[in-house]
Amino acid sequence: MRFSQAWLIARHDIRLIRSRKGIFYSLIAMPLGISLGFSGLIYYIAASGGSSAASYLPQFIDAFSFWFVIGAASLPTTIAAYGIVGEKVEKSLEPLLSTPTTDGEILLGKALSAFVPTMGAVWAGSVLYMGLVDWGVWGTFGHLYFPNLDIAILLLVLAPLVCLYSVEVSILVSARVTDVRSAQQYAGLVFLPLILLYVAGELGKPVLNDTNLLIIGGVFALIVLALFSTATKTFHREEILTRWK
Amino acid sequence: MPGSMIHAEGLTKQFGTLTAVDQVSLDLAEGEVFGFLGPNGAGKTTTVRMLTSLISKTSGVAVVADCEIGKEADELKLRARIGLLPENVGLYENSTAYENLEYFGQLYGLDGATLRRNIERLLRTMDLWEKKDVPVATFSKGMKQKVAIARALVHDPILVFLDEPTANLDPEAAKMVREILLALKKEKRTIFLNTHNLDEAQRICDRVGILRTRLLTVGSPRELETRMSGNRTVVKLERASEAIAGAVEAQIGSGRVEVSGDQLLVDVDDPDRQNPVIAAAIVAAGGRIRQLTQLSTSLEEVYLKLIHEEALPS
Repeated sequence: MRFSQAWLIARHDIRLIRSRKGIFYSLIAMPLGISLGFSGLIYYIAASGGSSAASYLPQFIDAFSFWFVIGAASLPTTIAAYGIVGEKVEKSLEPLLSTPTTDGEILLGKALSAFVPTMGAVWAGSVLYMGLVDWGVWGTFGHLYFPNLDIAILLLVLAPLVCLYSVEVSILVSARVTDVRSAQQYAGLVFLPLILLYVAGELGKPVLNDTNLLIIGGVFALIVLALFSTATKTFHREEILTRWK
Repeated sequence: MPGSMIHAEGLTKQFGTLTAVDQVSLDLAEGEVFGFLGPNGAGKTTTVRMLTSLISKTSGVAVVADCEIGKEADELKLRARIGLLPENVGLYENSTAYENLEYFGQLYGLDGATLRRNIERLLRTMDLWEKKDVPVATFSKGMKQKVAIARALVHDPILVFLDEPTANLDPEAAKMVREILLALKKEKRTIFLNTHNLDEAQRICDRVGILRTRLLTVGSPRELETRMSGNRTVVKLERASEAIAGAVEAQIGSGRVEVSGDQLLVDVDDPDRQNPVIAAAIVAAGGRIRQLTQLSTSLEEVYLKLIHEEALPS
């Protein structure tokens, strides 16, 4: 597999994303909203809780941090839907498939075009979040809260895995639907396990500590591997031209 | 085979129990324009997709541009050597004409300078250079088709497959595209043209094949017309007679002339050579010719006859 060929496709699709204002703004708005909204909330809790806030504030900070993982799952669904269903709608897949590019290179290119902007936006938003939180809680803790192991696992392990999971689901969904909106709606179901995980985490079952986050990451890694195999079978030249609706 | 661009033998494609293409054998020489005719659902697009290695063959053998179809090691090499215009133009509507061509040129691995040169040459040929920076979404159907043809040619392929290039175009746009096809023919490009436009096939193609799952016939449009009708020359005289018929028969061969009223009906093998001989024989025998015409079946009649015969239950 030639990475350069895949990157060519990814670069082209990313350029198309930039021209689609709706997707482009959601890439900026969601991480920015999470950063500003939740750091503001933490600042308010810290300011109104006085010295006792130090005991419960970490729970809030960690819970809100998990929203970057949810963001990593939600953002690629739109991009991947446009990347594949958009090509189906514009009937541009056949010319693309007729170029000297392998199915794997096209699939990797499509995946990268959803993964790279999403993770870029999530990481940029999280850096802003960490900076604002540190600034807001310095007075409460007397030290920087971020970076720490929790956020490192969330952003460097869980978020990329969840993003890949979301991209793969979107690719599978894209094979079955004929319009971008349906693809987004079906692929949107990828949030459900994450929202359940978030709510369960808030209820303390399971506690989203380092170990559990790594275990969850491991589970997602297995799902990603399983879906990768299905996605490569689905994204097959002949399958696309003869069976995709 | 030297000079051969396509050599297919018994090419077959089945989708489950449905046979879409059955035992197609054909050869296409370098520089030839081959028209693939057939009604909708005849298997034209499936054949092109097999020949361009977009889908697998069920059985048979095909070598296209020196690459063996179905051999994994040859797939990328084949796609680099050929160009394909699919039935749907499939352009990136929000991108400009230049960007569409640039993206595909890069996928074909062209270096920057060659790519820029090719894009400019093609867009100028297509009369679209002035609109190179305009999103194709604003283009007419004919203009989009021209961009799609340019995309199929951006890497200078040695063989081009064009699938219904004038389908769904208004007459003016279709004419515009046909002129481009004729220009490509002048450039001695090897073209495999899928069409159900018989007039287009007749005007552009060196040879045509008629497909209805099976390849029913192959030949030049002229050959097919002749093959179906035979060659018959009709000579209208002031007054026909057995004596004049005998004089013609003496030149052409016995049993080939029939008198019908004031007309002589003559079976000929080579009208271009034999018609002057017939005329001379008639005049020498004292006959006066009012009109001499060659009877032939049009390609359309040949096509319809073959397609309908094939459709009849055996």
